[in-house]
Amino acid sequence: MNDNRSLIIIKVSKWMAPFIFLYGLYVVLYGHLSPGGGFPGGVIIAASFILILLARGRRAALKKLPYGVAKELDAIGALMFLTVAMLGFIFSGLFFANFLQQYLPGETRRWFNAGTIVINNIAIGIKVCGAIFVILFFLSVLRISGEGGIDFRSIERK
Amino acid sequence: MLIGAFVALYTDELLSAVIALGAIGFGSSGIFLLLRAPDLAITQVVVEVITLVLLIRATMVIGAHTAGGKKQLLPYLVAGGIVGGLFIFSVFTLQNMPEIGSSVMDRIDDAPSLYYLLQGLDLTGSTNQVMSVLLDFRAYDTLGEATVIFTAVLGGLTLLRKNGRAEPNE
Repeated sequence: MNDNRSLIIIKVSKWMAPFIFLYGLYVVLYGHLSPGGGFPGGVIIAASFILILLARGRRAALKKLPYGVAKELDAIGALMFLTVAMLGFIFSGLFFANFLQQYLPGETRRWFNAGTIVINNIAIGIKVCGAIFVILFFLSVLRISGEGGIDFRSIERK
Repeated sequence: MLIGAFVALYTDELLSAVIALGAIGFGSSGIFLLLRAPDLAITQVVVEVITLVLLIRATMVIGAHTAGGKKQLLPYLVAGGIVGGLFIFSVFTLQNMPEIGSSVMDRIDDAPSLYYLLQGLDLTGSTNQVMSVLLDFRAYDTLGEATVIFTAVLGGLTLLRKNGRAEPNE
């Protein structure tokens, strides 16, 4: 892409993105103990990739999180959520039953204590991260490629 | 927030309209924080920042102005009539509304939310009661939300693609 990007922006985004990613991971994984959860955490994780997208261009962002992978993450998160729901149906007889908490309840206020809520949080986080990145990536590519729409074959080939 | 809404409606430049929209979003996240809903406040702030940055980027490139035109009298009269009617209606309704901040449990003895709050820690083990409601008691809602995001991605894929679209000239 164009080479007139500021060195400060490139460097600062390089330093900030891992910490934003880590904070998003924390919000997802501790959603059942403190405010947060899958949706905001997933958006924060996606924000770390969007920072790279805005600061260092499309190619750098696609190197960190390829378009195909983000698309798969969206589907994997949804399938994981539904799988947990179906497992609740199989083990406890109810769709979305919290079967883990029923059979092996954890110690209160420890990390592994809320049964399927942790797994559901992670699933929603993965899903939202992929979806938000893909949506904003569409918007950014649309500007570059002009009126003709996006040629998805050329994106996946890169 | 009201000022932001009016600025967003009546400004000529698209960029300042977008920034006014951002101000509305941040104001609502502050209200969530005052009403003791930190989960919602976090989500609102993060989504607001991303949306604001992307909208600003889009408007900076295009440099567009809002769609102007001749101001007509009739739409204003209709809108004023609707707003006035709603105002008169709300004056009578708000007198019967409970005070803001008083919980449902105070007025109704066997409200479902009381059961969630009392039994939530024992039944789900989650300290954050919002999550225990979102992902356990009311997980169907979250499934619907996940479906909405999935459909948004599908819509973006379908509308913005190049191959497979019919030629406009033929």
